[in-house]
Amino acid sequence: MLDKMEDKTLLKVEGLTKNFGGVAAIVKVSFELQEGELLGIIGPNGSGKTTLVNLLTGFVRPDSGKVIYRGRGITGKMPYKIAELGIARTFQMVKPFYQLSAFKNLIIPLYSSRVKKLRGGKYGDRDDVAIDLLEDVGFERDSFVPYKVASSLPHGYLKRLELARCLALRPDLLILDELFSGMSMSEVASTLPIIEKLNAEGLTIIMVEHRLKELFRIAHRVIALNFGAKIADGLPREMMENEAVKAAYLGSEDED
Amino acid sequence: MKFRKERLDRGIKARCEDIFALSSYREILYLMFPRVLPVLVLLILPLLKGVIGLYWEKVLMNTCIIALLALSWDLMASVGLISLGQALFFGAGAYITGFLNYTFKLPPILTIPLGTLGGAFFCTLLLLPVLRLRGVYFAIVTLTLPLLLARFIETTKILGGTEGMSALSPLPNIWVELYVPVFALLICLFGFRRLINEDYGLVLQGIRDNDRAVMSGAINIYWFKAQAIFIAGVAGAFAGAFMTHYSQVVGMAAFAMDYSILPLTSAVLGGVGTFAGPTIGAFILNPLSESLRAFGSWRVVFYSAILIICVVGLPEGVFHYIRRKYHQFERMVDVG
Repeated sequence: MLDKMEDKTLLKVEGLTKNFGGVAAIVKVSFELQEGELLGIIGPNGSGKTTLVNLLTGFVRPDSGKVIYRGRGITGKMPYKIAELGIARTFQMVKPFYQLSAFKNLIIPLYSSRVKKLRGGKYGDRDDVAIDLLEDVGFERDSFVPYKVASSLPHGYLKRLELARCLALRPDLLILDELFSGMSMSEVASTLPIIEKLNAEGLTIIMVEHRLKELFRIAHRVIALNFGAKIADGLPREMMENEAVKAAYLGSEDED
Repeated sequence: MKFRKERLDRGIKARCEDIFALSSYREILYLMFPRVLPVLVLLILPLLKGVIGLYWEKVLMNTCIIALLALSWDLMASVGLISLGQALFFGAGAYITGFLNYTFKLPPILTIPLGTLGGAFFCTLLLLPVLRLRGVYFAIVTLTLPLLLARFIETTKILGGTEGMSALSPLPNIWVELYVPVFALLICLFGFRRLINEDYGLVLQGIRDNDRAVMSGAINIYWFKAQAIFIAGVAGAFAGAFMTHYSQVVGMAAFAMDYSILPLTSAVLGGVGTFAGPTIGAFILNPLSESLRAFGSWRVVFYSAILIICVVGLPEGVFHYIRRKYHQFERMVDVG
């Protein structure tokens, strides 16, 4: 029984710590992630959420601590190596390849050796795969939208393009860094089911999110950060009642 | 009644930039013309030796060489590597070619390819440690490397020191001298344009636009940057290799600033990122510089003034401007 539990652990984070010139961005954060889980990460502005994502995906090297993915240490590996292992991430600030059309944006991850391996050594026609991927994230297939230059797309589409860029890698772990920020209510409403569907199909997802209501609806478990430290870890509905979380978001009485 | 100028795109593009819907020979001709014209002009110009004179044929050859360096610059810029030292490629190609011919007496047919590949390889190795640098920091390194190599040769007195290596084998005849650069330019121009629109080229452009997103797409950007430098190096080193045998001498002048600055101004004037632009730029600036020779010392003043006027007047580049005008038609519409 215990062995089986061990097998299901996809990601294990142990005592991760990062200082930026004396400012503690992440302080001894530890958690585990099971396969198929949808984990939410919340916290007020500047609590270290994006830094945590950067640490997990190799864009920032930790001062101490370990990240173990499928039993292998990936701490301090190059970002492209980590992506090759199947950890895909979105960026909070969307910065697509502006001069390329939307579907051409996806050619780049589709060019990676990971995709080649997964598709049995053959690349096939990347353009077709790219259009399919865009349809999956809600681009109207028969419209002009997938063919438009990325610089001319509205923000909501760019966010979903960012999601498609990750899905192109056929990831085993998807990390979404504030995917919903800047999206309209209707865009969020149409993107939520896409994420739920991906998770239902077995994809493990970490969602860093400010939109708590939407996050709590789909997350299995939520971790709360404040000043870089983990202050809570539990079910979404427990977060609403958690005193530490409330204090972090609303400010407690003893700190000014 | 008031009129307003209306600009419309010609409707032959289907869905995206690189898919065309052609329905008549006229439209095919419309697309082919700007591509075929420069090829024909470049192929015919050397044949007109008797008409335009040997001096201007040499200018043509020299312009092709600068255009090659400009293409090399533009390919690096397409990956986001802004170079101020195309002379590095030129000099490396020139010195390897000269060395092989001077020391081992190899014929030009061997030394030029070896110098081209060797020069590109040498430069790629030299730039490997600085691939992480971006923007102005990378530019500074490329600016200093040719200067450093020239001084290195001067102080250590290797490879002929300040004298250089002379009495190298000449090229077989005038046709080789004229047509080899023309063909090299055409191959690079159309080859690079093709390459950058392939999936491989999209990765290169992606690195320029947002290297972090490319990295998170499981792609090793440093490996791709190194490949791009090698390809750009082949074009640049060939220019040096060819000129070595043309002038039958190689010296520290191969690392001169001219070979860094002229390609850069050509690219900026012609339009960055299109390959056709830098070529056009070279074909404007180089003949211009030659025709101003009659003005003696005023030459540089006029040259610079014209360059500044062009860059201020057409900041997007000559090529972008021409292309826009070619693909749009204008008409007057009644607005009241």
